[in-house]
Amino acid sequence: MATPLIQISGLEKAFTSNESWLSQWRFRHGKLTRHKDSIHALNGVNLTINQGETLCVVGETGCGKSTLARAIMGLTTPSAGEIHYLDQRIDQLNNRQRMFFRRRMQMVFQNPYASLNPRMTVYQTLSEPISFHNPQFSQSQVDEKIDELLESVGISASSSDRYPHEFSGGQRQRISLARALSVEPDFIVADEPLSALDVSVQAQVLNLMMDKQEERNLSYLFITHDLAVVEHFATRVAVMYLGRICELAPTGTLFSAPKHPYTQALLSAIPRLDSNTAQPIRLIGEVPTPTEKPIGCVFQARCPYANQRCYEASPAMTLQSDGSSVACHAIEEGRL
Amino acid sequence: MNLLSVSHLHVNFHMKEQELAALIDVSFTLNRGERIAIVGESGAGKSVLGFSIVNLIGKPGYIKSGSIKLENKEITKMNLRQLQEVRGKRIAMIFQDPMMTLNPVLTIGDQLVETIRSHTKISYKDARNIAIEKLHHVQIASPEKRFDQYPHELSGGMRQRVIIASVLLLNPDIIIADEPTTALDVTIQAEILQLLLAICRDNGVALVLISHDLGVVSKVAERTLVMYAGHVVEEGPTLEIINDPQHPYTQGLLNALPQMTLPGQRLNQIRGSMPSLAERPSGCAFHPRCPYATQKCRQEQPRFIYSGVSSVACFLVEDMLNEFADKDKEAS
Repeated sequence: MATPLIQISGLEKAFTSNESWLSQWRFRHGKLTRHKDSIHALNGVNLTINQGETLCVVGETGCGKSTLARAIMGLTTPSAGEIHYLDQRIDQLNNRQRMFFRRRMQMVFQNPYASLNPRMTVYQTLSEPISFHNPQFSQSQVDEKIDELLESVGISASSSDRYPHEFSGGQRQRISLARALSVEPDFIVADEPLSALDVSVQAQVLNLMMDKQEERNLSYLFITHDLAVVEHFATRVAVMYLGRICELAPTGTLFSAPKHPYTQALLSAIPRLDSNTAQPIRLIGEVPTPTEKPIGCVFQARCPYANQRCYEASPAMTLQSDGSSVACHAIEEGRL
Repeated sequence: MNLLSVSHLHVNFHMKEQELAALIDVSFTLNRGERIAIVGESGAGKSVLGFSIVNLIGKPGYIKSGSIKLENKEITKMNLRQLQEVRGKRIAMIFQDPMMTLNPVLTIGDQLVETIRSHTKISYKDARNIAIEKLHHVQIASPEKRFDQYPHELSGGMRQRVIIASVLLLNPDIIIADEPTTALDVTIQAEILQLLLAICRDNGVALVLISHDLGVVSKVAERTLVMYAGHVVEEGPTLEIINDPQHPYTQGLLNALPQMTLPGQRLNQIRGSMPSLAERPSGCAFHPRCPYATQKCRQEQPRFIYSGVSSVACFLVEDMLNEFADKDKEAS
């Protein structure tokens, strides 16, 4: 088998929640002690992304999806673990060393209103990465490239001297995609790129992303909470909960036979159009904030099948007969 | 008699350079205990309609013409005092973002008690009991404890429950919910929708659900209004609209959903995007994006007619109906 494009092993990230020095002091048992609170956003993520595939990461708010994306892109330094791009380790590079990988990996952000500079025209936004990464390009070559890019995302080249506010949300998201494509990457991380868009415009952007994937053999890491989009677009799906992956499966398998209790609840909660009125599986409570490093299974607090073992030991990802991997004691023991 | 009837409502925004029409000739009725949905993309005028029902449209917007009747009382002609009687007590509203709706510097309890006491003359203690009972009603665990907490101490889903409780305090006849679950995760969304549905059913409260999510709408509403650029373009029973959409916009909206195409296939997109208020096209507002548009669509505004499935404003449907009528005549 070909080497995976991205390989992540044991990735962890903790954020300090009381950043200021003064708020770290506590008066306890007659003593003044210093202590840092931290939020554990990622708790040991193992994941591979193959070339040409779309890996979707789904999960609720606060499960660490965006932190994972940012860690891969090098926008935040992981506390532990390794990230490899083909055979090179990329999680501890300095800015200069990272430059090569910035060309290979690009990111599209959630809110196209915030991720485009309002004071730069579309031409400026696109010419910056092109001429920076291709210093040998002449002015006319840069112009040509910009026209070609804009046409390819369905925006007329004549509007390149307009500012972001003159475009609609969908057009802005297409400009963001054009910016990501401008350096001809192999891999694009898209962090909820559709959630600020309307249904009809969502379809336009999603179609464009699929076209580009076909043209350039792109790989995507697609982060979303919209499971309908996942079912349509993903090659494989990773379901995240509290900074860990609890199920990883090919899309068809995941939607036809979800295994992890959390995945089952998540899928049953999608409001579908068909008149099938199956009651969603009710989960008690909401995603807790991980201030303590979780002991045992991350889902135990809301899981209807949790037993003593789930509180004590963290389940490992085990490969099932149909190609999916699940981290759950209940499945391992055959209780579920 | 209808509980609420809106007829020929026009809402304009008075801007420096021009008058912008946000709602054009909107009419609908709502019966006691009925649940209707208003769907459309951003900029369609859904929220403006929701606000207009309780006359909450602030400057520069104003109700230009038309009437909104609650039973037989005209809301558009009420003074502030009369409006305050209606707001909250007869018609209550739930907004999209629960964090923005709750006051961050007051406890949950204070806000609930304030709501009751500004409408009815009762003691703090009685008001507190009502508030706790309602918090219990919306399935908040240990309501006595929550009563003294601040909004930031609750999670998003919990806050939306508190808001639903606050809406129930005065036993309104109508709840207007403007995208009540958009800010929530899918598992929480399912719970809040079930709660809202149960409350409306049990207490005979009518619901106006404003949403862009057709999946959500199909689970909650009996009747649906589809809006586009300030017009109602289609109205009918929710199931009929979803199974047999008549207006090309409704068809496009449904076909654009990822579940309507096989995985990996291209989605059926609607070309272009919703026009802004200032650039409303002539004739049928949907014609630049419509695959069936004709010369007539570019020039004239279609009337609202009943197609046998739903009421639609579209020449395509109208022409088809006329054709059938002619054939019927010939046959007889």
